[in-house]
Amino acid sequence: MGYRTNVVTPAAKHKQYDVIVVGSGAAGGQTAYTLSMEGAKVLMLEAGRNYVPEHETPMFQTPDQAPLRGAATPEKGFGFYDATVDGGWTVPGEPYAQSTDDPRGRFAWWRSRMLGGRTNHWGRISLRNGPYDFKPRGRDGLGFDWPISYDDVAPYYDKVERLIGVYGSSEGLENTPNSPEGCLLPPPAPLISDYLVQQRARRLGIPIIPGHRAVLTQQLDYKRSPALLHPGNLKAQKIIAAHMQQRAACFWATDCGRGCSIRANYQSTTVHLPPALATGNLDIVTDAMVSQVELGPDGLASGVKYIDKISGKERQAGARVIVLAASACETVRILLNSKSARFPEGLANSSGKVGRYLMDTVGSSLRGQVPLLESLPPQNEDGASGHAFYAPWWGYQDQQKGRLGFARGYHIEFGGGRRMPDSGTLRGLERLTHGSYGKKLKDDARRYYGSFVGFAGRGEMIPNEKSYCEIDPSVKDKWGIPVLRFHWQWSDHETRQAAHMQKTFAGIIEAMGGRVMGAVQTDGAEAISPGGFIIHEVGGAMMGASPQTSVTNEWCQTWDVKNLFLNDGAVFVSNADKNPTLTIMALAWRASDHIARLMRRREL
Amino acid sequence: MTDRRTTIKWMLAAAASMPLLNQRAVSEEVSAWLPAANGYGGDPELTKQYRPGDVWPLTLSAAQRRTAAALCNVILPGDDRSPSAESVGVVGFIDEWVSAPYPRQREDRPIVLEGLAWMDAEALLRFEKYFAELDEPRQHAICDDICYEPNAAAKFARAAGFFARYRDLTVGGYYSTPAGHQDLGYIGNVPLSRFDGPPVELLRKLGLGPEPA
Repeated sequence: MGYRTNVVTPAAKHKQYDVIVVGSGAAGGQTAYTLSMEGAKVLMLEAGRNYVPEHETPMFQTPDQAPLRGAATPEKGFGFYDATVDGGWTVPGEPYAQSTDDPRGRFAWWRSRMLGGRTNHWGRISLRNGPYDFKPRGRDGLGFDWPISYDDVAPYYDKVERLIGVYGSSEGLENTPNSPEGCLLPPPAPLISDYLVQQRARRLGIPIIPGHRAVLTQQLDYKRSPALLHPGNLKAQKIIAAHMQQRAACFWATDCGRGCSIRANYQSTTVHLPPALATGNLDIVTDAMVSQVELGPDGLASGVKYIDKISGKERQAGARVIVLAASACETVRILLNSKSARFPEGLANSSGKVGRYLMDTVGSSLRGQVPLLESLPPQNEDGASGHAFYAPWWGYQDQQKGRLGFARGYHIEFGGGRRMPDSGTLRGLERLTHGSYGKKLKDDARRYYGSFVGFAGRGEMIPNEKSYCEIDPSVKDKWGIPVLRFHWQWSDHETRQAAHMQKTFAGIIEAMGGRVMGAVQTDGAEAISPGGFIIHEVGGAMMGASPQTSVTNEWCQTWDVKNLFLNDGAVFVSNADKNPTLTIMALAWRASDHIARLMRRREL
Repeated sequence: MTDRRTTIKWMLAAAASMPLLNQRAVSEEVSAWLPAANGYGGDPELTKQYRPGDVWPLTLSAAQRRTAAALCNVILPGDDRSPSAESVGVVGFIDEWVSAPYPRQREDRPIVLEGLAWMDAEALLRFEKYFAELDEPRQHAICDDICYEPNAAAKFARAAGFFARYRDLTVGGYYSTPAGHQDLGYIGNVPLSRFDGPPVELLRKLGLGPEPA
């Protein structure tokens, strides 16, 4: 297949590059997009293979067309049709190490070795951080404050929402920002189960409002948005207007986690990279596994070393500016592996903070079965593939009064409905059927299908000293690159929050007249998902106001090496309950604007 | 996980009171040994159609498949609305499952193989025929004793554990097919020009609908 070659663009089209971007996901895609639109010559290096969603996405395949009816295996951890290539919790030949055998001290790291990275399969949930989320220490004395406020990032949230397409609504709730008129697409129609959760949860004082996801519920505003995205840049406006018209609106079928061949949701490969390539300013080399950033005699980053995975040979590429956007942990790994006389503890690590304050999201889930939803007439409930509604955190006032026993909030994602049945949909039915089989079981399956509602909490973790990563002293991957070793510990703030999630979910299920499937886990340490499981890892090279206590400034620019930028989740100072991807893109755009500004001023 | 020795001891205990035990049923069919095979790797082609056996070889014997088919069809028989489990390929799916080179499937393999052998041993013990040769009332007589773990007699506990697992596999294999989708009234997986959500009359009947914020 032609698209399985490692140079997406003709090799060495440009002899010299202004910027090297390492990684092609949300951060790398946004960085390459912004800078190539601004006229910079950009070389993108991606560790995985080329990936072409238009050809490779299994859009309408049913489970019976896949091995094992599509069930998850270690090689396809989220199921056969999930848009992850050569990845998952383990990547053959590319291990990572743990500091302990205690499951509670371990961290699981989901990677994806493909162009676009994890943006091809992600949940598309796109929530803005609120004003509190940038200044959490100011509110409760825990963790750290960002060197920027919501107002600094808001214009970039506006831009990202307009560019990638995010549905949602503005409800004016506490620390749950509104988007300006014209930024959001209309939310999709809710399902019956959504309405039921809304009605009953509200009786418990839990707000249920439209979710925000990067799915086109209608075509993007290609007439108005281009001028707002790229004021004064007619070439960029023309390119993005054309690409907005090439993206189809959602046709309300097939799960977003498979990716989308009609480009109706956000993935870097369908949204950021095509217009960036259309500028003629971007080259992409895939199967290029970056091992380190090289430091020149002038104290500036001079380029990167990478392994060409096809030939196994080490290669080098140089540019005026180096941007790491390899995902929080991989970016940390590259820095820590870039040792020199000047930076014996790793590049840009004079603060000693590289690898520190790794965060994930607090996760816990519970499922209920609801008699009111049994035996409903058939209807198509594929919708926008979930998250029509959600519950933003509602406990700010209680927390300020010290009533909850944990400091930070969570939001609730939930879903029910008559989704495409797969090999697990009706598993474990005997608890309801008391072991029926034969014609009775068929009747029972018809009765119970569509009557389940699942709840998942997504909560804020406060950064702590015991959750970090470092280079393992002995283990190397198959390319000879030293690997990360993880350390992990939840604090009581997180485990109590997880226990609160369980009680809340049970309360909603009961309020729906339903019964909890499985057990309500009141021990928070048992209720909480292991570190890394929510795949929202951020931090490890946080931004800050001082070179002594942080790795980068507010522009993702490392304090130690002024032409080295960390544009991904590594710079996160806190990890709000809001899913990080939208904020990663907003910060990457903001940093890229700054890079372009400095290059124009010849300061880079 | 059970080793082979335990399995055979368990089988012989069951066999001790069998007047017409066919030894072949016990000795040849309970092997949990699985030939080495590769999975589909981290980058399989996703848009092609796979059938059981395409990626790794199937391993059930003809006799095992006969028992497997009979039990599938007891669990999900054909009726006026939809076909039987066997006729939508569930036996192939179960063979693929127990032959797969992944940890979860390897855990299931001895459970399923021993369980299928138990079904035949029990059928021989009670009725002097293999399970697949029994009429429906006799098949049900055995299944009724093992179909719900909490109610199963102690001597049937292990077989009931097998039945629960086998029923889940059968249900999973069945309702993930287009025929299973149709039976459940799943009518999605088709492109729509618009999505309006549930009909207003249905919402009203359920006492639900858009609420002011």
